[in-house]
Amino acid sequence: MTRETEPHVLLDAAGVEETLAQLADGIVSGGSTHDLVLIGIRRRGVELAERLSVLVGDRVGGPVATGSLDITLYRDDFGQIGSMPLIGRTEIPVDVTGRRVVIVDDVLYTGRTIRAALNEISDFGRPSRIELCVLVDRGGRELPIQADYVGLSQLVADGEHVEVRVPEQDDEFCVRVVGADRTGIE
Amino acid sequence: MREAGVPGLGKDLIGLEGLAGETIRAILDTAEPFKEISERQIKKVPVLRGKTIVNLFFEPSTRTRISFEFAEKRLGADTVNISSSGSSVVKGETLVDTARNLEAMRIDMVVIRHGSSGAAKFLADRIPSNVINGGDGRHEHPTQALLDMLTLRDRLGRIDGLRVCIVGDIVHSRVARSNIFGLQAMGAEVAVCGPRSLIPLGIEALGVSVFPHIEDAIEWADALNVLRLQLERMDAGFVPSLREYNRVFGVSNARLARAPRETVVLHPGPMNRGVEIDSDVADGPQSVILPQVTNGVAVRMAVLYLLAGGRPELAEDAKRGSS
Repeated sequence: MTRETEPHVLLDAAGVEETLAQLADGIVSGGSTHDLVLIGIRRRGVELAERLSVLVGDRVGGPVATGSLDITLYRDDFGQIGSMPLIGRTEIPVDVTGRRVVIVDDVLYTGRTIRAALNEISDFGRPSRIELCVLVDRGGRELPIQADYVGLSQLVADGEHVEVRVPEQDDEFCVRVVGADRTGIE
Repeated sequence: MREAGVPGLGKDLIGLEGLAGETIRAILDTAEPFKEISERQIKKVPVLRGKTIVNLFFEPSTRTRISFEFAEKRLGADTVNISSSGSSVVKGETLVDTARNLEAMRIDMVVIRHGSSGAAKFLADRIPSNVINGGDGRHEHPTQALLDMLTLRDRLGRIDGLRVCIVGDIVHSRVARSNIFGLQAMGAEVAVCGPRSLIPLGIEALGVSVFPHIEDAIEWADALNVLRLQLERMDAGFVPSLREYNRVFGVSNARLARAPRETVVLHPGPMNRGVEIDSDVADGPQSVILPQVTNGVAVRMAVLYLLAGGRPELAEDAKRGSS
């Protein structure tokens, strides 16, 4: 299915747009939208959350609050990683207490990022409900965490890397699987 | 071998002398996201959870010790404060014995403030824990200079190319030394201004110019870092009187008004109002003294975070209790 070094495209630009539209539909029908906050996880989740906020906003006829989360300080492997990534900003512009929060990330894999995000959001307040929306669920969970809204479920072998490329950072919009020898940093 | 996540930063932070601009910039950049944590309702992240940090203060300090303590607690570390009064230090224990005893209790980091130049390095060379210099004698006070630079960068948008004049007692000042090394590494021009008796001979060799008159310094500088005139210096005969000092070197609004630009005024505290700085300057729009205090916590969080991270081999050493 996937050759060693040739990236295998799972979704092209049109495919990503269509998937995001379906995810937006899911979020709208999944619960109330007047108290909705979309929180993207740095880095790719932030761009996806911003796109989803526009799509959801179009469907409900009003703006949707968004925020961004950098989970570096909540990682469970601090001190084990060789070099630390530069910490990004966490910006949650509204009080999350009592609101419906949807965490947005690009790829769901081990679940450890989401564990960290849940802890961090809890330090900002007590949402009435927290849900998870991901563009790709690649399997391989190490924690009991599942997404509520999944764009694409695709089992990908360990050692392969699922890359979500967004125009803001990569000048293209697609989802692809990269072979072991070209694995980037998750 | 014991490299932290930032190039040029080793096990310890003893001083800014010899640090590259790139290293300093990385510390300042890391401080940026830490500012936000202090604005949260719950001002704590778990990144240093389970780390034990000892604040070893052999000299009186309020601001620096509290700032370090907030930084440590907001990163989730456990902290112990030891001051020279009320500890075994007064019973004659040597610095290295104090440190070895602390190590035996399995600590991870030490922040040390000491009256002797070189005390921080002395300690760092003898224990595997990370050591952060919180001010040693006349040598260095690196986190103070880092927070000064972060505040300058916030206010003026850059450090490279800035002209910064340090005013006051340069010869006894570790803050001055750390600022000179740090600012120069970051591409700023540094000058000093003060009474001849308080300017080190040969300071020009460090690439620092000397202004004998505060008026000329204000004319030249984008920012003034005004040091506290330690009152004991007067008894030692370095300055004739406080009134005299204020008349000749005091930073006043009348003097600042003649500057060709909005001079930014820093002060590491604690201030002697009406001596080195007038109250209307300290509380005026050109003063960044309170932002300095706020930034102090963020900068210290960044240093703690960077020194604590990514050194599994050191964690192994500490577990084995080697020294």
